[in-house]
Amino acid sequence: MISQIILSGLAIGSVYALMALAMSITYKASEIPNFAQGEMAMISTYIAYVLLVVQGISFFWAFIFALLFALVLGLALEFVFIRRAKEPNLLNLIIITLGFQMMLYGLAGWKWGADQRRLRMPFSETETYDLGGGVVVSQLGLATIGTAVVLMLIIWLFLRFTKLGLAMKASQQNAMAARINGIRTNRILSLSFGISSVVGAIAGMMVAPVTTLDPGMMWDPLLKGFAAAVLGGLTSLGGVVVGGYLLGVIENLFGFYISLEFKSVVAFLIIVIVLYVRPSGLFGRHYVRKV
Amino acid sequence: MFPNSLIQKFTFIPAFVTTQNLQPHGLRSLRCIETSDFFCIYNLQCRLAGHIMSEMGFAFMSAEMKRSYYEDIQPLKGWPARVWFVVLVAVLVAVPFVIKSYYVYVLSLMAVNVIVALGMNLLVGNTGHISLGHAGFVAIGAYTTVLLISGAGVVFPVALVAGGLIAAAFGFILGIPALRLEGPYLAIATLGFGIAVTIIIGRVELFGGHMGLIVPKPEIAGIDFSGDRALYYLVMGIAMLMGFAMRNILKSRLGRAFHSVRDSDIAAATLGVNVARYKTLSFAISAFYAGVAGGLWAFVLGFINPGLFSFVLSILFLATVVVGGLGTILGSVLGAVVITFLNLQAESIQHVPVIGEVLIWISQNFMTVSGLPNVSWIFTGLILILIVIFEPLGLYGIWIRIKIYWRTWPF
Repeated sequence: MISQIILSGLAIGSVYALMALAMSITYKASEIPNFAQGEMAMISTYIAYVLLVVQGISFFWAFIFALLFALVLGLALEFVFIRRAKEPNLLNLIIITLGFQMMLYGLAGWKWGADQRRLRMPFSETETYDLGGGVVVSQLGLATIGTAVVLMLIIWLFLRFTKLGLAMKASQQNAMAARINGIRTNRILSLSFGISSVVGAIAGMMVAPVTTLDPGMMWDPLLKGFAAAVLGGLTSLGGVVVGGYLLGVIENLFGFYISLEFKSVVAFLIIVIVLYVRPSGLFGRHYVRKV
Repeated sequence: MFPNSLIQKFTFIPAFVTTQNLQPHGLRSLRCIETSDFFCIYNLQCRLAGHIMSEMGFAFMSAEMKRSYYEDIQPLKGWPARVWFVVLVAVLVAVPFVIKSYYVYVLSLMAVNVIVALGMNLLVGNTGHISLGHAGFVAIGAYTTVLLISGAGVVFPVALVAGGLIAAAFGFILGIPALRLEGPYLAIATLGFGIAVTIIIGRVELFGGHMGLIVPKPEIAGIDFSGDRALYYLVMGIAMLMGFAMRNILKSRLGRAFHSVRDSDIAAATLGVNVARYKTLSFAISAFYAGVAGGLWAFVLGFINPGLFSFVLSILFLATVVVGGLGTILGSVLGAVVITFLNLQAESIQHVPVIGEVLIWISQNFMTVSGLPNVSWIFTGLILILIVIFEPLGLYGIWIRIKIYWRTWPF
């Protein structure tokens, strides 16, 4: 039984891990926790829905176009709003992302209303596989975990081995030095918003079939993803992924064994306790500020 | 040039020159102004300097000369301030007799939000901590006050203060992990607190679950304050009282300690400020304000349920102080008034003459008509973004710019 719970924890955990990864990519580049992440993912999922159901495009192309849209949306957030901030400090930038989030929420509510729709995926939720020992996994759960792992691998390879990834790393570590070496740090920042938006959109498309498609659907995954990112230590990409899976599993275990009602509280409780002991999360490096 | 006695009289301590220091890391904007023999033109120079500096994009240098400590802490200095204060009080007293009862209710809501914003600004603007969980404190204050009155039969003023104190106790507890956290880490800890409070309140029988509680009538010494107008006077009176208290806190040793912690906690510690104490204290005071405001909010609304104290409310509180202007009392007031108004009025945007028709046309042709109220979200978000982008110091910055312009008017 316990392995069944852990497995379903891993499925939801991979959504948290992807949201956390998206958070972490922008955070590393700009030190902004991007609260619009969830709503950006939600809008991209709606785009996928429109293409798939209303326009009747095949799933593959709808998926690709939605991701392209997410990329453009991320670039737009940075280019239109964040770059324009006169005196960028943390609080003002957070307010900008919160304002953007409100705008997207309003836009989605205006266009699609609060009706709950279903995003049909080629993976079904009811068809299950028996992994032996009574452990059952649905096709969708398997797809979720698989996609998340593949995506994480791609991001890791991208950051590690491509020129663009190295440029991103460089401008995160020392923007001035990166600029001296000829890296357009502005564009890199835009790009990191775009990439994190794409990662978020994939998470959104994996949430939508499980819950329903409505403008408020990404609230919970966003907050949990943010929590997971903080739990793992925002600056370490590996850490936030571990944080996401850990959160998913712990939440599920708590929900099954102790109380289903207080399931969402426990996530934040764990985080407060962890932060009390390790102020930079489990895997984050504690940076020392110079006086 | 001048008689000696005069010069001696006007010798002042540069440290007490208050700059309206709004920057979160405000050392850049701190200036001291030296005395000069040319005292007669000093004042003019200072005004000009302030004007030029603000033109150049520095922080607002509306430095005023202070000759003694008392002058620095004195409330309502000079006759214009006193006259305007009397005018303000007169207007606030007269206004419920002029406007419709709905707007009296709106004004009461604004006064409640001013109280929250004052506390929030102490934490965010003056001490430099971020909080995304203030709705939790407001909820604790509201539920404590209501339960004490309807359950235990405590009199209204005592229940209100008790609500504030319980919230302050929770603020103190939340302040302890906050000692080691900053930025997004603190944001997620406070956010978790706010969400946990809402969920727990919604699931426990004592608090009425999701249905919430009916709020009893507010009574002080047998006088019923439940009418719109009476409630307005009560709330507005308390808001002014708490605003005055906040001003005194900020002008005192306590306020200077908060500022020093914000600007550099390490430097503050080396100067003998007990950083841990003041950080937790700022959480506690801020939560006290939120708790009292919560108690009053319950009476203004007439009912409470967990849905009211959602994460969105915390966001709006944060937006209030950032939009209003960080670290200033006037900023809290302006921000609370504007955000409350936006929040209530944005929904009726389709009734605005031209814009409304355009919006209805758009929603008929491209969007859905049923989703039209959601436009208010777009407008609120856009206004937040525009204020933050174009006026990083918030509405207070606009106000100061206008003030400086008129002060140095012929120049």
